[in-house]
Amino acid sequence: MMAALSTLLVKRGIARKVVAIIYNLNVIPRRNFCSVDAGGGAHSNLRVEKAQDSEEKVEMTTESGQHDIAIVGGGMVGLALACALSSIPLTKHLSVAIIDSNPALGLRTCLMKDDIPDSRVSTVTPATISFFKEIGAWEYVKQQRHAFFNQMQVWDYTGLGYTRYNARDVGKECLGCVVENKVLCNSLLLCLQEKDFEKTIYPARLTSMSFRSKYASAGTGTYQASNKSISSGTTLSDDTSEQIHHGHLVKLDLSNGKSLHAKLVVGADGAKSRIREIAGLKTTGWNYSQSAVICTVEHTVENHCAWQRFLPSGPIALLPIGDKFSNIVWTMSPEESLRHKSMSKDDFVKAVNHALDYGYGPHPQSSFLDHYMERFSRVTRHGTLSTAEYFEVPPKVTNVVSERLAFPLSLMHARDYASEQVVLIGDAAHTVHPLAGQGVNLGFGDASALAKVIAEGVKVGTNIGELSLLKQYEKERKAANVTMMAILDGFQKAYSVDLGPINLLRAAAFHSAQYIAPLKKNIISYAMGEQKWPLFS
Amino acid sequence: MARRSLHLFRDLYRSRDPFPKPFLQNPIATLLHPAISSALLQRRSHAFAAPPPPAMQNPKPSNGSGDENKSPTFHSSLNEAEVAKFSAIAETWWDFEGPFKPLHLMNPTRISFVRSTLCRHFKKDPYCARPFQGLKIIDVGCGGGILSEPLARMGATVTGIDAAEKNIKIARIHAASDPLTSSIEYICTTAEELVKGNKKFDAVISLEVIEHVADTLEFCKSLAALTAPTGATVISTINRSVRSYATAIIAAEYLLNWLPKGTHQWSRFLTPEELVLILQRASISVQEMAGFVYNPLTGEWSLSDDTSVNFIVFGTKGSE
Repeated sequence: MMAALSTLLVKRGIARKVVAIIYNLNVIPRRNFCSVDAGGGAHSNLRVEKAQDSEEKVEMTTESGQHDIAIVGGGMVGLALACALSSIPLTKHLSVAIIDSNPALGLRTCLMKDDIPDSRVSTVTPATISFFKEIGAWEYVKQQRHAFFNQMQVWDYTGLGYTRYNARDVGKECLGCVVENKVLCNSLLLCLQEKDFEKTIYPARLTSMSFRSKYASAGTGTYQASNKSISSGTTLSDDTSEQIHHGHLVKLDLSNGKSLHAKLVVGADGAKSRIREIAGLKTTGWNYSQSAVICTVEHTVENHCAWQRFLPSGPIALLPIGDKFSNIVWTMSPEESLRHKSMSKDDFVKAVNHALDYGYGPHPQSSFLDHYMERFSRVTRHGTLSTAEYFEVPPKVTNVVSERLAFPLSLMHARDYASEQVVLIGDAAHTVHPLAGQGVNLGFGDASALAKVIAEGVKVGTNIGELSLLKQYEKERKAANVTMMAILDGFQKAYSVDLGPINLLRAAAFHSAQYIAPLKKNIISYAMGEQKWPLFS
Repeated sequence: MARRSLHLFRDLYRSRDPFPKPFLQNPIATLLHPAISSALLQRRSHAFAAPPPPAMQNPKPSNGSGDENKSPTFHSSLNEAEVAKFSAIAETWWDFEGPFKPLHLMNPTRISFVRSTLCRHFKKDPYCARPFQGLKIIDVGCGGGILSEPLARMGATVTGIDAAEKNIKIARIHAASDPLTSSIEYICTTAEELVKGNKKFDAVISLEVIEHVADTLEFCKSLAALTAPTGATVISTINRSVRSYATAIIAAEYLLNWLPKGTHQWSRFLTPEELVLILQRASISVQEMAGFVYNPLTGEWSLSDDTSVNFIVFGTKGSE
């Protein structure tokens, strides 16, 4: 046993030297590296690792490629998990690997505020904002472009349904904040770099993931049998010690030929999660046969309100993104989306203004019903301030300033979020209709919950890959995610038919949401992510 | 309070009584499960159990003294039949859905008690990931190592002992797969044997074990002997109450099939007062006690002051 261990150490020693030599060929000051362009390919990838290594002093873990947690996917949700783990006292000692081939992960650019805003934006709820504050990332968001909104107007094309939400109704300053995805990612990265946290970024794609045979079914004899990935040149005893050492670890092979081991693999790799596929976690869901067109537009005035109108083809949303810019998320049929994507800018601007004004139907009018409801709410003394606010037309769009992107929409939910040593977060576990901008907030909720569950596990000395621990996370998040998904799907379904009685029903629902104050408060709090259940809480 | 001290007094009195008395303390057990309870009554600790009343109609199984004969190598606090019982299901120790599922579910709760009491006693930072760094802890009756491993992950230098060879084997194989737990020393032995070797530990922990032991006083004395002068002892077990009979035996073994039938013998259970008293006689003074309660709706265990079923005590070595 001792002999085996020393052989292992010698091997590691050699590996360390080799790595050091490779790295020495690429000694580049970190500041320079930060400005290296994204298209550097393999060459820049090496430097990414160099930069990370010198900064985080993770020689041992890098060379042995052994980590506590491997986060596959360095998007917003994956980075948020890493950040959350680094900010909790009980988990900050964990060694974390982030695997993502996106070169932006290694870059450290501060975004210029006068750039044209990117069309990929997220509406973060106050719950997400407090999560970001908790993990220390919000201060970096604040330094970059972001737009709070304290009002929200939702109406539909029939002219019957109309509701206006105000942050004042729930005693808050804002209802949410629109932030570009790249700003969120950048803030999380900056936050992660500031922390004394053992992390390694692997700029590569995952090619395969393999589990060792279970210890329980295996005697010491099977350790050798299951040990085929170790090169044939090593001695038997070396094999065994390595096997025993890595026995409980998941092995991840990367596209750059490297491999690493981890106790827990987190799939944060999006809706088409490879981790989910390899782990064999089944999903349910359907396509909406709808696509969303997104882009950045410009106004002549600054926008402070989030606007959403339900059209026969799907909702169109106009979200403030700071300065005189807004973001458009317009849901329509796939054919229409192609047409809107390729039409001229002028035509698109006209189409947007049409859709947000008189297109498809009249403005909502105050009717006898409104007066009745208003009187009702005044009598019950539950009247909220915004019941008295009347319909407004959103500011006119003057120009499209970004590329128009279209992507198909679907609903997907993983039946299980976890299996032994594997867990899914964010879009890998669930994708929702973007109509209320809740998708990424659910993802951040997952990241926060998983970090807390891992901390609880560490506290009582549990193996962090243990399924029973991961199931606690699943239990907590599944309920919340399914509820939100059901609501969003319900909205989508409610608006996918245009039929007299149904239109009236929708209008009635809108009116109750507008005039019944406790209900309205509930809805706002739920959408803000501050309340776990939509009603009765 | 008065009733409690009366109870204590009675037990003290009983334990010193050299002459057998009819065993009247658990009529429910006798009523509901004559077969089990009579068999178990005979195996109760020498300290408290009186031999069965002559009127019992059940066939006479091998009794306490018989057990001792079967284990010539080990001291008398061991119960050979219990060792055999756990050996039979040793393979399933780490199967979370297996026979030890309730123990796995309960594990985080009992560990959080251990963690908070030991952190306080040894003045360790409870927010640190490895607060037990530098502490020598022994897990007496470690089974497959489901307590030893977390203790090792929390930084302790852990020794796990169990009388069943099979358990130790399983524990060794399982611990070897994680570098954090591979340093655990597993020995197939008993507390009494270790005492002979004059070993001392900062903390001696024995969870859900004492109810399977033949001689509880002897067992507690061994635990005390293993505890370093400034050390701590933690013991958890099941109360001998009407509720524990209904939940730990009838519900857990017969209705819910959580535990293999015959896992527990109600008459062998100790009440908190009895345990405190035995520990006192073994020169350990109990400082803290807590109960575990199971919430059937959430499926979670939590610490509470309700000690009517599962409870855990933390004691320090008193100077006598």
